[in-house]
Amino acid sequence: MRRSRGPVRPRSGARGALAVLLPLLVSGLVVGTAPAAAADEVRTEEARVPAGSGADAVELDTTLHLPATDRPAPAVVLAHGFGGSKESVADDAQALAERGYVVLTFSARGFGESTGLIGLDDPRYEVADLSALIDVLAERDDVVQDADGDPRVGVAGASYGGALALLGAAYDDRIDAIAPQITWHSLTSALFPSQLGEVPGGTPAATPQGDGSGVYKRLWSGLFFGLGAAPSGGLLDLLGGAGGDGPAPADVDVEDVTQALTCGRFRPEVCAAYESAAATGVLTPEAAAVLDRGSPAGVLDRITAPTLLVQGTQDSLFGLGQADANARGIAANGTPVKVVWYAGGHDAPASDRLAGELRAQVADWFDVHLRGRDGGTAGFEFPAPTGLGTAGTVGRVQGSSRTVTADAYPGLDGAEPVRRTSFALGGALQPVANPAGGTPAALTTVPGLGALTAALGGSTLEIPGQSARFETAPLDSAVEVVGAPSVALDVSSAGGSATLFAKLYDVGPDGSTTLPARLVAPVRLTGLSADPAAPTRVEVTLPAFVHRFEAGHVMRLVVSSTDQGFAVPVEPAVHSVALADPAAGVSVPRVEGRTEAAGGAGRWWVLLGALAALGLLGWGAAVLLARRRDRRVNAVEPGGEDVPLRFEGVTKAYGDGFVAVRDLSFEVRRGQVLGLLGPNGAGKTTSLRMLMGLIRPTEGRISVFGHAAGPGAPVLSRLGSFVEGTGLLPHLSGRENLRLYWAATGRPAEDAHMEEAIEVAGLGAALDRPVRRYSQGMRQRVAIAQAMLGLPDLLVLDEPTNGA
Amino acid sequence: MSTDDRAEMAISAPGVQASGAVQGYRPSRTLRLTVELRRQFARRRTLGVLALMAALPLLLIAALQLGASENARGNDRINLVDVATASGLNFTLFVLFATTGFFLVVVFALFFGDTVASEAQWGALRYTLATPVPRMRLLRQKWLAALVLSVGALLTLTAVAVVAGSIAFGFGAVETPIGVTLAQGEGFVRLAGMLGYLAVHLLVVGTLAFWFSTITDAPLAAVGGAVFTMFVFAILDQVEQLGSLRDWFPTAGEFAWVDLLQTPVQDGDLFRGVVQSLVYAALFTALGFRAFARRDVTS
Repeated sequence: MRRSRGPVRPRSGARGALAVLLPLLVSGLVVGTAPAAAADEVRTEEARVPAGSGADAVELDTTLHLPATDRPAPAVVLAHGFGGSKESVADDAQALAERGYVVLTFSARGFGESTGLIGLDDPRYEVADLSALIDVLAERDDVVQDADGDPRVGVAGASYGGALALLGAAYDDRIDAIAPQITWHSLTSALFPSQLGEVPGGTPAATPQGDGSGVYKRLWSGLFFGLGAAPSGGLLDLLGGAGGDGPAPADVDVEDVTQALTCGRFRPEVCAAYESAAATGVLTPEAAAVLDRGSPAGVLDRITAPTLLVQGTQDSLFGLGQADANARGIAANGTPVKVVWYAGGHDAPASDRLAGELRAQVADWFDVHLRGRDGGTAGFEFPAPTGLGTAGTVGRVQGSSRTVTADAYPGLDGAEPVRRTSFALGGALQPVANPAGGTPAALTTVPGLGALTAALGGSTLEIPGQSARFETAPLDSAVEVVGAPSVALDVSSAGGSATLFAKLYDVGPDGSTTLPARLVAPVRLTGLSADPAAPTRVEVTLPAFVHRFEAGHVMRLVVSSTDQGFAVPVEPAVHSVALADPAAGVSVPRVEGRTEAAGGAGRWWVLLGALAALGLLGWGAAVLLARRRDRRVNAVEPGGEDVPLRFEGVTKAYGDGFVAVRDLSFEVRRGQVLGLLGPNGAGKTTSLRMLMGLIRPTEGRISVFGHAAGPGAPVLSRLGSFVEGTGLLPHLSGRENLRLYWAATGRPAEDAHMEEAIEVAGLGAALDRPVRRYSQGMRQRVAIAQAMLGLPDLLVLDEPTNGA
Repeated sequence: MSTDDRAEMAISAPGVQASGAVQGYRPSRTLRLTVELRRQFARRRTLGVLALMAALPLLLIAALQLGASENARGNDRINLVDVATASGLNFTLFVLFATTGFFLVVVFALFFGDTVASEAQWGALRYTLATPVPRMRLLRQKWLAALVLSVGALLTLTAVAVVAGSIAFGFGAVETPIGVTLAQGEGFVRLAGMLGYLAVHLLVVGTLAFWFSTITDAPLAAVGGAVFTMFVFAILDQVEQLGSLRDWFPTAGEFAWVDLLQTPVQDGDLFRGVVQSLVYAALFTALGFRAFARRDVTS
């Protein structure tokens, strides 16, 4: 439950941003612990593998995880996320090795203990390194080989490592299956998005990219770059690096220091691309070339390895649209593609349970494509839509963990295109002001902290005057949106250009607003009409998300001029924004599927049935046992009626060797009064307790009127007893005690002879006072009366006058 | 005269059944549930707990109405407290939420843990057993009585919360923390489901206390032992390093009933919780019966 515990177990908001950011970037999947028992079965081998040539030659720090098997096994290369190292994926490697794969983890060049400079998944460097690693696997006889020099190998990784998997599959056809997670399609569209134009294709999250430079994703880019720019490759070291034992100033070249401090372990061309983008907020052709080299976008048609695309719904860095574009590009070649969306991403770590499930998904994918196990090669899974803004902290309130499964990703390779529904929007033309300097700006999400900002601050921040609003009527029934909605707008601006941010809020009946996944769609418009009467029509695709708009809620389209996560124009301007077609309004994609728990109602009946069956079984057993018991208790010794009590060789020995009663035999005849005399500890009380069925004798037999006496023997009903202590309920009166005692026997009230017994007690009016106020003697009188109830045939009294 | 004839004679003795029991004695009529409940209701403890159950919602209403200052709204995290005053049903949910972790655990442990041990402490157990009430029947009746009392306490709490909450905050639909409203009728159905789940889940601590009760003669040890055990698990549940091991704790899923607030209802955790609770409850109950069947009653 795990999950699943919300206000019960609130996540501490006090965790620092660092603590949250680091694991996020390192990998979306590095959570959980491997079972300790299997840990020693997996062996590891460390090695430094040379790769590249000339000035770009590097040594890669690698670890090979070998499963506990003698036969050759398929191999998996695990690539880590940006800012991580081979250690970040050690747990994943362990889990895969336990499933029988040879797993190779490595630190990419520029990270961890590997040498070299970061080239941002450049085919000449990082992708070539991957091929060098596959060469190593091709040499090993514990790895299955498809052909000479061609090992059976899959590649998986998250984010930076995911893109490497895609690029690797494009450039090296020895790779047999890939499982890239939360990664990009095109770095230019991820870091300079402009979600403008016709929706490409019939897939749910299809997101177009407008021409020219988009809107610079300032905060994310800064963080992304910052991790690699750290002189030692780690953000922590960068922050803590000011102190410590740096080299003396005289020893260092100023240019080197500048390069090291500003570019860290980045290659110079990557560093230059970032610096120009960060300084101007505009994508230069040089920077675009760098980013495009590290993007799978241009080479997807080369990928023939079956691909499992895992993307997060809580990801303001690489949104669902990125995976959508990858899916379309790869499936276009006829390559099998499965798409899995999960409640997490760069903004929110997956829950432990979810991380485990994703890990199993990846392993299952490799089982099918590397080992030929049966299983689906297509399909689409996404988290069941909820009305919550984000997963993570808030989502745990409801323990949301259901997954919806569809047979295929809609619109992909012959599958039906996604179903879209339009909701009419209302709202007049509205002015939208862009403030000078671009501040104050709206706040929607803080990179990496989507879930955390939701927990801390609640709603998003919109600046008055900077946004236009258009709303639907309250919804008649709940609408589950799965993918990217789209809308057409009429925009005009005196300056001819505008940067706008479109987003779709969920507004509750009480006015509370939720921004699904806290995502916005930036658009950069140029060549706009200056005349509000003849505006330019633009098609905007909103961010892809999974969200349930409840009945009675309203969809509110907000178009604003600023967002703190992006670089916005510093020149003041006023744009006018209106709906191009209010009736067509916003078109939302909806995906039908089966929820995992669809058989829910059925299993409750199964449970009920099982319980009923168990109940019947128990009842049957009880009846059988009762019959056997009846036969036993009905057995009677001859002449038993004349011998009310007989002990035959009765012994009671305790487990610790103490013998309380040894070989006791005696007989009481009808009409006799027998007294047991002896010092303390002689076993008198133990004997009587055995008679009453409170203690089981270890040997011998006790019979009462010829019937064996023991726990619950019916013949005990002819016995009246008063042994050690009165056993009266202190809060009841004497009379009530007697009455309840008799009621508990279940015998008819007239058999009690209550009046005679009360006479024996002789307490008079005191009988109606609570027992706790009685003297010891009075209690004993009541207890004797209790023993006399029903006028028993055999009376057992143990020190009845003790203390009287 | 053959042996058989003599046996026949013995059986035909006046006022005696074949089993040797006196006329009018039937094991299946001993310690009937009504009698056991009469015994329990004669105790101040039972009445006290029920009174407390009735008083708690009133206390919470007073607290919510007195302390409704604006400062209290600082925390925007979604939870049931925020919507506690939306309607009577909402208030009831809040009451259940507030009592699940501790209060109800103690109440169930008290009613179940007190069963056998308190009888032993008074010394009444030996007379009941010598009546004779067969041991297994005694235990069964005590178990059922404890269940009736525990569930009765839960229902009292809920009923008072619904009535008093509705008077204080109005009759109306349930508003869930995420702004979804459930109609009142639907709300009552869901509430019934939650009570069912809670009853099953709390059976775990109840049956644990019941088992302890058959081992010890001190009611306090039985009740305290069970509550203590549950708290240890609740604390271990906070240790994230234990990972999925925590899903197997007897305390796992104690708040799964909150899932019933969702539309459509998400019953994955609920189902798991019910099955797991039933297994634990069956195990503890079986251990209790086993311990009591073998035990020498020396109190």
